[in-house]
Amino acid sequence: MSTIFFLILFPFVVALALLVLKTDAARDIIVKVASIVIAAASIYLTVQYFSSGGKYFEFESETISYLMMGIEVCLAIMIFYLGIKYKKYLASVLAAIQTPIMIWFELSIGHHIHIANNLYVDRLSIVMVLIIGIIGTLICWYSIGYMKDFQHHHHGEADRRPWFFFLMFLFLAAMFGIVVSNNLVWLYFFWEITTLCSFFLIGYTKTKEAINNSFKALIMNLFGGLGFVLAIVVLGKFYGTLELNQMLAMGMMGVSVVLPTALLAFAGITKAAQMPFNSWLLGAMVAPTPTSALLHSSTMVKAGVFLVVKLSPVLGWNIAGIMVMLVGGITFLMASFAAISQSNAKRVLAYSTVANLGLIVACGGIGTYAAVWAAIMLIIFHAVTKSLLFLCVGTAEHNIGSRDIEDMDGLFGRMPKLATFMIVGISGMFLAPLGMLISKWAAMKAFIDSGNVLLVMMIVFGSAATLFYWTKWLGKMVAIMAKRENIQQNVHKEEWLVLTSLTVLTVVICLVFPVMSSFLVVPYLETIYQSVAALALSSGNMYIMSAMLALVVLLPLLFYGKTNKRIVPIYMAGANLGDDLTFRNSMQQPTSVSLRNWYMEDYFAEKRMNIIGVIATVVVLVAAFSILLGGVL
Amino acid sequence: MNLATSIIGIAAYLILAPLAGGLLAGIDRKISARMQGRFGPPVLQPFYDFFKLLEKEPITVNKVQDFYVMCFLIFIVITGCFFFAGGDLLLIIFTLTLASIFLVVAAFSSNSPYAQIGAERELLQMMAYEPMVLIMAVGFYLVNGSFNISDIVTSPVMAIQYLPGIFLGFVFILTIKLRKSPFDLSMSHHAHQELVKGLTTEFSGKTMAVIEIAHWYENIFLLGFVYLFFANALAWSPVLAVVVCLATYFLEILIDNNYARMKWQIAINASWIVAITLGFVNLLILYFIS
Amino acid sequence: MSYVTKSPWIIHYDGSSCNGCDIEVLACLTPMYDVERFGIINTGNPKHADIFLVTGSVNEQNINVVKQIYEQMPEPKVVVAIGICATSGGIFKECYNVMGGIDTVIPVDVYVPGCAARPEAIIDGVVKGLGVLAEKRAAMDQKPAAPAEAEEKEEA
Repeated sequence: MSTIFFLILFPFVVALALLVLKTDAARDIIVKVASIVIAAASIYLTVQYFSSGGKYFEFESETISYLMMGIEVCLAIMIFYLGIKYKKYLASVLAAIQTPIMIWFELSIGHHIHIANNLYVDRLSIVMVLIIGIIGTLICWYSIGYMKDFQHHHHGEADRRPWFFFLMFLFLAAMFGIVVSNNLVWLYFFWEITTLCSFFLIGYTKTKEAINNSFKALIMNLFGGLGFVLAIVVLGKFYGTLELNQMLAMGMMGVSVVLPTALLAFAGITKAAQMPFNSWLLGAMVAPTPTSALLHSSTMVKAGVFLVVKLSPVLGWNIAGIMVMLVGGITFLMASFAAISQSNAKRVLAYSTVANLGLIVACGGIGTYAAVWAAIMLIIFHAVTKSLLFLCVGTAEHNIGSRDIEDMDGLFGRMPKLATFMIVGISGMFLAPLGMLISKWAAMKAFIDSGNVLLVMMIVFGSAATLFYWTKWLGKMVAIMAKRENIQQNVHKEEWLVLTSLTVLTVVICLVFPVMSSFLVVPYLETIYQSVAALALSSGNMYIMSAMLALVVLLPLLFYGKTNKRIVPIYMAGANLGDDLTFRNSMQQPTSVSLRNWYMEDYFAEKRMNIIGVIATVVVLVAAFSILLGGVL
Repeated sequence: MNLATSIIGIAAYLILAPLAGGLLAGIDRKISARMQGRFGPPVLQPFYDFFKLLEKEPITVNKVQDFYVMCFLIFIVITGCFFFAGGDLLLIIFTLTLASIFLVVAAFSSNSPYAQIGAERELLQMMAYEPMVLIMAVGFYLVNGSFNISDIVTSPVMAIQYLPGIFLGFVFILTIKLRKSPFDLSMSHHAHQELVKGLTTEFSGKTMAVIEIAHWYENIFLLGFVYLFFANALAWSPVLAVVVCLATYFLEILIDNNYARMKWQIAINASWIVAITLGFVNLLILYFIS
Repeated sequence: MSYVTKSPWIIHYDGSSCNGCDIEVLACLTPMYDVERFGIINTGNPKHADIFLVTGSVNEQNINVVKQIYEQMPEPKVVVAIGICATSGGIFKECYNVMGGIDTVIPVDVYVPGCAARPEAIIDGVVKGLGVLAEKRAAMDQKPAAPAEAEEKEEA
């Protein structure tokens, strides 16, 4: 248990230290040391509790509860104030509704409910702890170099880096809190802290756009928070418990816990940026790239799906489950379509993140053994691969001055190492035999077995779109253009270290995933599901995948870039001027060639996809909650 | 299917598929010629072309293109091996996708305008047919309770009885996969002005030969999918299935010769509409009766 | 034995022809003449082609294009000049912007005269070209990687 406290408190202490110490040298050292310590502690936690399977900790402290309540009140007042200051009154209103409800509840009802276990560790939390502890700290490490460049690019603005690193480490602390809290009140507390960290980090640059987007994120997440508060109130008032595991136990024993489940799932959906709330995550892309990598792809949004996956035993074919399935499925489909129309790399990544989270949410909604297996695998692979891609885009942006995919033309010539990392990352997102595809395969099988034919259609069409938008980006990466100056020596060595580790990690977790599955995910599922059905992927197929991966890694190492053929210019209708970049036009003048990708605006215009998705998901949510409330009233 | 039959299946595929595929291509050209009132080339012409390509001067536009093309061949062959070893349908589809991506990437790597147009169109075609291919796999799974080809061909039911819609839908997108008009968008023989040779513009000599042989390997297991709709445990069903495969291929030739190349919009609209109508409705009925 | 003669793929380029010869070239592909009997395919791409059919004379505008198409064809390759303009410049020979026949720019292996050249003559020219192709292929084996320079003039 002390390791858990250490994981929550240590990043917090580091955060405070980083806020106070303002010199570059001190910050570099603290961030590096703290990252190593946090990563080591999360691995230690894994070793410590790995064999035990699931462990709950009796731990009671009135002081902590009051402390949390106090902090919540302070935060609510701050949001209220900021909302009025920036004329975003909705944020103030939401803060003014949810916190008083929470305080009233805690003082009147919550106070009398005995909480047996506030904290717990099981294999799912171990997975999350490892993601936060390793990927999270890698991203912090990367930020050291990145933020120096960032400050350099935003010359003349106030240096807010202490604030930045404070928020990053505070966020890590809160994330650790989320994944080990069994007490929903505690969970809610950490949940709100991540919302606030996200809010401040999105608004980091303090431009008008950044502030607007940060409030958009805040308001949407406060909606989710409101759902969370209502879930706590309902649970406390009607079921007399505030513990997640008891609620799940009740649900599995046959007590109907659909309403609180739906409310909690709603909170999860907002946090995971599912439609109709996906626009906050798109807006969040104005934040510095490590923020996008840490909060908006590999960890914070994973808190949303983590909650849904936690709830999955009580989801399935009930109103809450169907709601979650459909919201996830629609989001996967529409976000995948919308990604096709984007040329801004970060927006493509954002839509892809939303889409993949949709897939995880849908898996959680189905709630069968195989679906949850796929969901957890998706969480792991997505965290690694997507953070790699975000950080690659960040590095590319600082060195070529653009985050537009079209400007990454010939990146292979300019930054071969970075381009290779991006190729690995992109392939990792959608190609056999890499991780995301393996999980998607399992997800697909789970969808089919669930009997929800609509979901099957969604994954089938969504996958086709996924293939399209990733490959056209991949095409830009692999294009070999003549006369490109190599500029990759300008990249900070911290960035290389992190990018290299993440790339290696992307490949390695794919290689060892059968092991991961049988030692980490399957044992977790066995504690939850009594009847263990056959896995989505037979072990034979898993080993075939690993063998194929070995082949895919080996082939380039052996044969890539080796040729003894004569190298000739490309064909340009006989008018190539010899450098492959210009041709002779009809007036005998040189004209440079410019190749652009397809965006298919007529089909997949971003706005249209969003409108359709939002309307569809709002209908699903409204219908689900009207049925549920109709049943209660 | 046990290990021995798997190995025999793989060995037979490795040796016979290029021969059968090349022969099929030759017969295709002959029949096409006859449909157009021409005499046509010798049936062995595709093999002559193949060996001619091997004899040409080795040239390339960059150092990496050949690697990608080689990977295309390797993974097409691996896909076929999975198929004839009785493997998992989804595994086969995903490996096929990987192989196709290698071809697209090879075209992209040249940074040539015509190759790029071909590559983008190829991607579009993949997006167009992918849903229907996956729906086909789902259909087989719902009928047989297994994705394994070895289970499908030994099942007591004949899949076509339950999957008529999916079969028609698959034949529709097979036109794209076999690169036949009206959907020969990415590397048509006929679009000299706007495409040159699309995807394969920058491949010449041995590289082009690799692509030819990969297509022969590919066409054989594509027809294999058609075979699956008819083959089951009955002794005469393989005969029927082979006949249907040949009839399907003949139908594709007929379609090829009767249509001009259409716009890419029509390709994607039509394929998705077919997937949503024939595929989806067929799946709905399957879920309903099961 | 060499397969180059069994599968000659051609690329057809219109220099500054009046289109008379071009129509006759395309006529060769029709059921009437059906050159696919010989394995001939009309490709649009020099990188796939073995035989370069040029119609019309070379002028200031297209001189580089003709040269580049020729250069981009992999060895062994053969150039067949179709029609009187391609062989010598024809009636355009004296024009201020015309260089003359194709052989003023690239080496020509077979000349097919005629205005316009008849399809039979074109086919005959291409088939003659096959002989040159085979020789060049054989020369490649003896002297690898050096472009064959043998220039043979034959009348079809």
